[in-house]
Amino acid sequence: MSRTDSRGLVLDEKLLFESTSEGRVGYSLPQCDVPEVTPDSKLLRDEIADFPELSEVDVVRHYTRLSTWNYGVDSGFYPLGSCTMKYNPKVNEQAARLPGFAELHPQAPEHLSQGALQLMYMLQRDLAEVSGFDAITLQPAAGAQGEFAGMLMIRAWHEAQGNKRNKVIIPDTAHGTNPATASLCGFEVIPVATDGVLSKTAIEAVMSDEVAALMVTNPNTLGLFESDIREICDLIHERGGLVYADGANLNALMGISRPGDIGIDVMHFNLHKTFSTPHGGGGPGAGPVGVVEKLLPFMPTPIVVKEGDRYKLEYDLKQSIGRVKGFAGHFGILVRAYSYILSMGGEGLKRATEMAVLNANYIRARLEGEYDLPHKQRSLHEVVFSEAALENDCHTLDVAKRLIDYGFHPPTIYFPLVVRGALMIEPTETESKQNLDEFCDALLAIADEAKKQPELLKQAPVRAKVKRLDEATAARKPKLRWVRE
Amino acid sequence: MRYLPHTETDIRQMLETIGVTEIDELFSGIPEPCRLQAPLDLPPALSESESMTILRALAEQNAKVSEWDCFLGGGAYNHFVPAVVDHLVSRSEFYTAYTPYQPEISQGTLQAIFEFQTMICQLTGMDVANASMYDGASACAEAVLLALRVGRKRNKVLLSEALPPQYRETIATYCRYLEVELIEVPQQDGVTDQAELAALLDDQVAAVAVGYPNYFGQIEDLQALAAAAHAAGAKLISAVAEPMALGMFKAPGELGADVVVGEGQSFGIPLSFGGPGIGFFAVKQKDMRALPGRLVGETVDLDGKRGFVLTLATREQHIRREKATSNICSNQGMCTLMVGIFLALHGKQGLRKLAELNYAKAAYAKQQIAALDGFELAFDGETFNEFVVTCKESVADLQQRLEKEGILPGISLIKDYPELGNGLLICVTEQNSREQIDRLVSALAGGEA
Repeated sequence: MSRTDSRGLVLDEKLLFESTSEGRVGYSLPQCDVPEVTPDSKLLRDEIADFPELSEVDVVRHYTRLSTWNYGVDSGFYPLGSCTMKYNPKVNEQAARLPGFAELHPQAPEHLSQGALQLMYMLQRDLAEVSGFDAITLQPAAGAQGEFAGMLMIRAWHEAQGNKRNKVIIPDTAHGTNPATASLCGFEVIPVATDGVLSKTAIEAVMSDEVAALMVTNPNTLGLFESDIREICDLIHERGGLVYADGANLNALMGISRPGDIGIDVMHFNLHKTFSTPHGGGGPGAGPVGVVEKLLPFMPTPIVVKEGDRYKLEYDLKQSIGRVKGFAGHFGILVRAYSYILSMGGEGLKRATEMAVLNANYIRARLEGEYDLPHKQRSLHEVVFSEAALENDCHTLDVAKRLIDYGFHPPTIYFPLVVRGALMIEPTETESKQNLDEFCDALLAIADEAKKQPELLKQAPVRAKVKRLDEATAARKPKLRWVRE
Repeated sequence: MRYLPHTETDIRQMLETIGVTEIDELFSGIPEPCRLQAPLDLPPALSESESMTILRALAEQNAKVSEWDCFLGGGAYNHFVPAVVDHLVSRSEFYTAYTPYQPEISQGTLQAIFEFQTMICQLTGMDVANASMYDGASACAEAVLLALRVGRKRNKVLLSEALPPQYRETIATYCRYLEVELIEVPQQDGVTDQAELAALLDDQVAAVAVGYPNYFGQIEDLQALAAAAHAAGAKLISAVAEPMALGMFKAPGELGADVVVGEGQSFGIPLSFGGPGIGFFAVKQKDMRALPGRLVGETVDLDGKRGFVLTLATREQHIRREKATSNICSNQGMCTLMVGIFLALHGKQGLRKLAELNYAKAAYAKQQIAALDGFELAFDGETFNEFVVTCKESVADLQQRLEKEGILPGISLIKDYPELGNGLLICVTEQNSREQIDRLVSALAGGEA
C-alpha cells in the first residue's frame, strides 16, 4: 500500500463564535458563601458581545476535532530542520503535572519551595556539564529571549570594562533572531558572507575595536561544524571581543564537543529542541543561557544558588542586566528537561547525538544522487539540499506540499537563505531506519513525479484538510479576528 | 534506550549506505582540539519508575496551594482549572506540533489561535491581538518598544509606580541600551497620581504604562489617564496582570487604552512556580502593523474553503532580520490553547460570575480584616481580588506565625514599597472558601499587635 492510499475522517468545525447558543454553559462554580456585593456600576462592563456560550461537550468536540487537523511528532516523522523535533517523552508530561510542581505558587516562601529550587539547581549543573560553561541562568522564556539576555550580558560586560563597542558580526547563515536580537541590544550588525563555514580571514577582515561580539551558530544552519571556531574565538578574544553561540543545534554535540571548552563565552539552550520538551504548537519553550565565569556577575536575576544544604533564589548580583521576564523561568518546561536528562544519563545523551547524526547522514546518502547538495563537507545532525536538480519548474515549496500527501511533515524550507530553495532536513535520533526509508522513498518518488507528472507537485497537497491557502490575500487584507457579519 | 529505535543491524546497514565503518567517522568534521576527551559527568540513565521516584520526592517538598490556605497573588493566581483543559491540551496532535509553518496540516493550531486572538480582543475591547507573548512582564516591555517605534522621536516612557515591580524591572532590562528615559509616576492612595502624571507629561513622552487592576489590586481610572496621555500625544498602555477582572470591569479598550497587554495565567494555566504563563497583546487597528510576534489570519484555499495562516510575517525577524518589530520567534502555543479552552468553557456568563465571585470573596476578606485592631486598609478605592493592608506587626513575623497554622497570608511589600510600612498584599479567589477567609482573619487577629 502506498502512503497516499490512506483515508482519514476529517470533520468540519465552525468557529466557537459560530456554534454559540444563548444561555448554554460549560462551567460549574461553587456557591457564593460570602455576601454578594458588586462595585459601583460605572466601573462595570456590559456583557461581552459575541463571547462563546457552549456546553462542555461542545467545547470538548470542538478542540478534539481541531486537533485532528494537526500533524505532530506523535502523528509521524517531522524533520523540520533547525527545530529538532524529537519525540517528547510522556513521563516528562507526567512529571510537570505532579501537584507539588503544578500547584506551587512562585511567591511561596523559599523553605516551602526547596524541591523546585533543588531541581532548578541540578538542571543548571547538568546543563553546565553538557555545555562546558561555568554558570547557567534558567530565566529566559525561549531561545530568542536567551539570545537577548546573552547579548545584553556581553554589552554590560563591555561597558563595565569601559569599552565603547557597538557592532556585532553575524554570518549570513544565522537565524533571523540573531540580527533582530543584536539590534534590540542597540548593536549595529555587520553581516559576513560564508562559503558553508566561516573562515578566519573573513572574520579578520571585519573585526575591529568597535566590534563587541561575534554571533555564531555551531554547528551552523547547514549542519556543518565551524571547523575554524577555536582560531576564530581566539582572534575575537585577542581583539577584545566576545563570542556568542546560538545553541539551536546543540543536539549535534552532546558528549562530543562542549561550546564552553572551545572559546564560546555565552550560549543559549533551546530546551524544547535538545532536551525533548514539547514544541506545543509554537511554544512555550525555555531558553537558559550558559556563560563563562567573567560574565557571571551580569546574569539576569534571580538565579538558584546553594547555601549549605539549602537552595535559594539569588537576586543580589550587583552588575546584573536585570530580569527578562516575570518570576524565575518556565519552570514547567525545566521539569520536563530535567526528567529527560534523568532518563537519558550522560551516555544516553551522547548516544542521542550519535544517532541524530547517523540519521541525518543516512538521509543525505540516500538522497544525494537525486537532490542537489550544495555543501559537500561532512555534515552533522541535519542536511540541506537545494532545488537545483528539480525538473519542470518544480520548486522546494512544491516538494514540501507533495510530502504532505505522502503523510510526512515537510522539512524547513527556504532557510538558510544562502541555499537557493533550501530543503533543510533534521531527522533527530528518535526516528527508526524504517521511518527514514519511507521518507526517503517518498522524496525520491516526488523527484520522479517532478520529471513525469509535475502537476502532482503543483496541485499538492490534495489530501490535507485544506488545499494550498491564499497567503497573499491574507496579508493584503488582514482578517485577524472573527466579527459578526 | 527506549527513545532510540536503532538496532545494531540498522546501524550497520546505515553506516554501510553512508560509506563509513564507524559512527565516530561521522564526526570527522570536528577538529580534534574541539573534541571532548572525557565522558559527560552526569548520572547514569534511570528507568521511568526510578526517575519518577526522584521527581516525586522533589515535588513533595513544595507547598501545594490545594493543601494550604493560600492568599498569594502578585502576578500569579490560584484559580480552578476544569478537567477539560488538561484533557484537551494533552492531545498530542496539539502539543507535539510546532509553529504552523505548513498551514495545510496545522489548521487545528491555527484556528485555535484565531479564536484566541478574537477572545482577547473581545475581553480587552481592542481591535487586534497577536498569537501571544512569553508572559505579562515581557509583553509589557514589548508594548513600551511598540510605543517608541510608533512614537518616532519621542524618547520618554512614564511608568506608574503601581505597575507590578517585575513588569517595571523587565521594561528596564528591555530598554537598557535603547535611547529612552524611563520615569516613574508615583502612586497616590494606591493609584497612579494624576497630578504628578500631568506634571511629567510633555511632547517627548511616547507612552504611559499603568496596571489595571494595578499591583495593589486597585482599579485605576483609565479613562482619565488615557485622556491625559492623549492630550500630550502619548499612548496609554494598560497592563492587566489579573485578567479575571475583565470578566466584570470595563474593558481597557473601552476606556481609551491604546495598547492592552497582560498575563493570561489566570485562565486555565497551572501556577507551576511562575511559568510558563502567557502574555497577551492587543492594539487598535491603526497599530496593527507595529505589533510584535505572530499573527494568524483568515483566508481561503484553492477551492475557496476557509482556512487560516500565519500572516503579516514581514514584521518578523525571520524576514526583516535586524529591522524586525521584535526578536520574538515563538509564541506560547500550548498556553494559548489552555486560555482558549478555559474561556470557551466559561463563556459569556461564566466569566462574569467567576469574576463576581472573586470580587465578593475579596470584598468580604477586606471588610473583615479592616475591622481588626492592628490592621488597616492601605488605600481607599475599588479593588478586584487583591488589596493591601498595613500591619502593626512586622510582615515577616506575621507570615511566620500564620504559616504554622497552614496559612500563606500574602506577599510582603516591604522590599518594593518600603514607604507603606508593613504592607501586605492579600489575594482572595474563588478557591478560598469562607472558612479559609475566617481562619485567616482570626489568625491575623491572634497576633501580638
